Amino acid sequence: MLDFVIIDNGIVLAIVALASLSLVFGALLGFAGERFRVDDDPIVEHIDALLPQTQCGQCGYPGCKPYAKAISEGEAINKCPPGGDSTIRDLADLLGREVRPLDGEAEDMPKVAYIREDECIGCTKCIQACPVDAILGAARHMHTVIIDECTGCDLCVDPCPVDCIDMVPRPSTLDDWQWPFPAGPGQRTPAPGLIATDRASATQGAVHG
Amino acid sequence: MARDFDFPGGIHPPQRKQASAQEPLRQAPLPSRVVLPLKQHTGAPAEPCVIPGQRVRTGECIAIAQGMISANIHASISGEIRSLEEHAVPHPSGGKAPCLIIDGDGQDEWQRLPSLDWHQTDRDALVERLQQAGVVGLGGATFPTQIKTCSRDDHSIDTLIVNAAECEPYITADDLTLRTYAPDVVEGAGLMALLCGAKRIVIGIEDDKPEALAALEAHLHGTDIGNQVDVPIELTVISTRYPSGGEKQLVKRLLNREVPSRGLPIDVGVLCHNPGTLRAAIRAVRDGEPLVSRIITLTGAALHQPGNIEARLGTPMHALLAQAGWHEAAVSRLVMGGPLMGFELSQADLPVVKASNCLIAATTEELPAQPPEQPCIRCGACETACPAGLLPQQLYWHTRSHDHDKAELFNLFDCIECGACDFVCPSHIPLAQYFRAAKDSIRFRHHEARKAEHARHRFELRQARTEREAAEKEARRQARAAAVKRKSRDRSAGERHETTLDTSQATGGDDVKTLRIAQAAAKAAVRKAEKALARASETGDGDIEDLEVQLATAQENLKATESRLEAARGTQENAQ
Amino acid sequence: MSLMHASQTAARQASDSGRLMGWVITATLPGIVMLTWHFGWGVITNVLLAAVMGVGLETLVLRLRRRPVATTLSDNSALVTGILLGASLPPASPWWLLLVGMTMAIVVTKQLFGGLGHNPFNPAMAGYALLLVSFPVDMTQWAAPHGPFGAQAPGVIDTLAHVVGMTPQDAADTWTGATALDAFRNKPEMLMASEFWASSPLPEGTLAAWYSVSLAWLAGGLLLLYKRIIDWHIPVALIGSLIVAATLLYAIDPSHYGSPLFHLLGGATLFGAFFIATDPVSAATSRRGKLLYGAGIGLLIMVIRTTGAYPDAVAFAVLLMNFSVPFIDYYTQPRAYGHSRPRRGIKPKIDHDEESS
Repeated sequence: MLDFVIIDNGIVLAIVALASLSLVFGALLGFAGERFRVDDDPIVEHIDALLPQTQCGQCGYPGCKPYAKAISEGEAINKCPPGGDSTIRDLADLLGREVRPLDGEAEDMPKVAYIREDECIGCTKCIQACPVDAILGAARHMHTVIIDECTGCDLCVDPCPVDCIDMVPRPSTLDDWQWPFPAGPGQRTPAPGLIATDRASATQGAVHG
Repeated sequence: MARDFDFPGGIHPPQRKQASAQEPLRQAPLPSRVVLPLKQHTGAPAEPCVIPGQRVRTGECIAIAQGMISANIHASISGEIRSLEEHAVPHPSGGKAPCLIIDGDGQDEWQRLPSLDWHQTDRDALVERLQQAGVVGLGGATFPTQIKTCSRDDHSIDTLIVNAAECEPYITADDLTLRTYAPDVVEGAGLMALLCGAKRIVIGIEDDKPEALAALEAHLHGTDIGNQVDVPIELTVISTRYPSGGEKQLVKRLLNREVPSRGLPIDVGVLCHNPGTLRAAIRAVRDGEPLVSRIITLTGAALHQPGNIEARLGTPMHALLAQAGWHEAAVSRLVMGGPLMGFELSQADLPVVKASNCLIAATTEELPAQPPEQPCIRCGACETACPAGLLPQQLYWHTRSHDHDKAELFNLFDCIECGACDFVCPSHIPLAQYFRAAKDSIRFRHHEARKAEHARHRFELRQARTEREAAEKEARRQARAAAVKRKSRDRSAGERHETTLDTSQATGGDDVKTLRIAQAAAKAAVRKAEKALARASETGDGDIEDLEVQLATAQENLKATESRLEAARGTQENAQ
Repeated sequence: MSLMHASQTAARQASDSGRLMGWVITATLPGIVMLTWHFGWGVITNVLLAAVMGVGLETLVLRLRRRPVATTLSDNSALVTGILLGASLPPASPWWLLLVGMTMAIVVTKQLFGGLGHNPFNPAMAGYALLLVSFPVDMTQWAAPHGPFGAQAPGVIDTLAHVVGMTPQDAADTWTGATALDAFRNKPEMLMASEFWASSPLPEGTLAAWYSVSLAWLAGGLLLLYKRIIDWHIPVALIGSLIVAATLLYAIDPSHYGSPLFHLLGGATLFGAFFIATDPVSAATSRRGKLLYGAGIGLLIMVIRTTGAYPDAVAFAVLLMNFSVPFIDYYTQPRAYGHSRPRRGIKPKIDHDEESS
């Protein structure tokens, strides 16, 4: 009577078959998960590569790598002011998360630290604060910033006891200039064109200079 | 003899060379003041070596080349250095750059370098002379000439091409150079061929320059040519088509060799030089005259007397234009370079620089304003015109949507920005500008990424150093503690056994083992970093500074593990 | 950035989208005149109505999309679409037929995809195909030839009446007929081709009318070629492959299949080859791509004409090849200077995005 129920009843058979299948595949998957586990989470490296590496700590973590690790563990992606919107967009792309407005104020232009050297007392506090060793100097000698290495994190500004460090816009040369994208269909691409006043002054220069 | 090989595409824009090509070459009067930008070449700006108030003579070096790729700048008139200041320079941005300004004394007193006989002088001295004289490519790219000749060291060069195609409308500077100074150009070619080791010289010239061609032929058939130049010279006339004067296109047309993508002509054993550059080179060597002047085409319908003029570098453009009788109100666009690859200037108070091969003072009728961009209708005209075999309309879609990866996939960086696609586009899309902007944007991103990577490495170095310092401190503390303990143990030997030491012994043993492994790993990392650095300094690619930082980091890590190991060993010994 | 433009430097070719389309319109004139000659004023009403509707609909949609109307209209593309659709519909088509067709063409096929340059399909042919499948009866009734400028054709008034749907019952016959292709398709199975033609199945002069119309389109096409508005690649490939296919079939079974000449001139082949398939927006771009694209259309025309359910096949053949344009474009990229071989297709760059997902 019982085996009649089991063998002839299609539903029971189906359930048994499905259950055994899921057992087998579940075991396989579990085994594969154990066997091929990746120890080091590569996603942290990818996140870190997108961060601007200013090491400024404005996100509340001591450097970009710790923040990258925190993001991989669920921290919000909008806490990096130096990276700005483009970094948030890249992170959102990478992680499949939603783009959120920046938490804090975005920096409008890249900056570098500038030490007013005659005011510097040589206390080395800023040297200790700099995350990328971009400040040179020794105790009781004035310090100076290596502009090329400075990431503009402003971590050196607060420790300075005499307040002689300013954040100034990064000096730009004509080499940094980029061709602008044209305005797009339906628009005229702006051309410099001669400015009438310039022309007038130029001729005067030619005549009198 | 003129075998015509071909590059794809190309266009036939109206040449408009007549106006300036008819007149003989003129000499510009000495300017009363010159403005000399510190950067008139590809590469790093030169560093001034004069102070305001200093008297300089024509040809005196006033700014010295910096780094690998750079060029000296010389006083182009004699007089007094007035100042070093930011002055507007000819640049598409319309921006300013540091310039040295000289007030002339009208004397034009020269300071020449000693004259060299290039047949007798050794190669290094000649290369050094080119470097001293600040000779750069005068076709517009302004690449320092001596660096091109040095490429002989790792490439074998068999052919020197004299690029006299001058395919861009309006420009006739090379035409006039050849007509007026054919012997100089040919001798310069001989000098360059000697320097780069070329076995032959090929002069490529478009068939729309009959007078230059005649001048060259007359000179080449002269009797003394063999004494001057040691290698055979071929004169190849090609049909006029834009952009035959593009280096890669000319190499293809003259020799049927194709420069590989992202490569240079030297990769196929060819070196290209512009006639103006060759003349400047021979003058630097034979006459000891540094590069202080250049031939510039002044043309456009707004000029009464268009023509070519040899002007001192730094001469204000408006002075030259005034000389050519510009009808100022009629000028709607002032263009430096040709109408296809040049750029518009927003004012005329700019100095003539080494790159200024042509000034076009155009009226509205001849170069009307760019009409509004219309949608791409995929007509394929740009593809037919592209001399690099690209698909400009595909590149357009991708660059317009800022999809840089896709644009690179469609070989964006093979675009030579010749503007042929712009010229034919029925929808007036400024394609070349899209491509320039996209290239700049991609380069900027790469640059930023490299900088971020470098900052990360410096941060890691700092962390490693802090850690090493902490480890060393700890090791010292342990050593002190051990010494104290040993003393006390010696004193009370056998009296009492410290129970705490048992635990530290157990952990110490463990630590030593793991620390040994860590030490080995750190050593391996140091070796790896050393190797990478050695390779980079040998081949010259890669960011050496960044690799040095990485090596330092590895060394710090090694030291840190070593001090930890020492400390651990100390504890262990203590315990025993 | 080029400061000089072909369009501004008086060259032989017109090189401005608006003027380009202007030349296309000019080149349609011989065909339209010839159609009118044979089929009466209905052709003119078609073309004019469709053109007006095209511009009107384009304006409407541009307003709704808040795009600049004047600059966009100046490219003349809506006008061209209207003229082409008008010329391909049966003469004196009722206004609603035209409206449905033009709405499909301008609103759905072109503007909903983003306007000129973004439409993957040929607007006129999309409109035509929609009408053909939706209103097969209205679409396959072609007016009989009426002699030079419709000597026996209905007058202008009658034509207009028909367009607005007020044709007197007894005059309905005037408007109904069949195209030569249609008649040949529907010939009784057992009838040999020669017998079929001998039975004079069509009103007097129909075949001649179609042949002359085709030649008129050819003349317009040659003008476009001369003015370099179009490249030779697509028309030549299309006509070539069609002739090859038709000749093969004719050689196999001349009693069943039409002659190559009949296939070339008897329908809309030449109109399609010069005016429809050459629409740059929906065609392939590279030269080899254009050859493939044209050849594909020619083959498909023959396949549909001989085995399909519709007598003429230009619209469907073009639309089908429009589908394959991205594919053709990927696989016919030219070899870029400095690269050893051309790239085939798009190789996606493997980047971090894939590993993370």
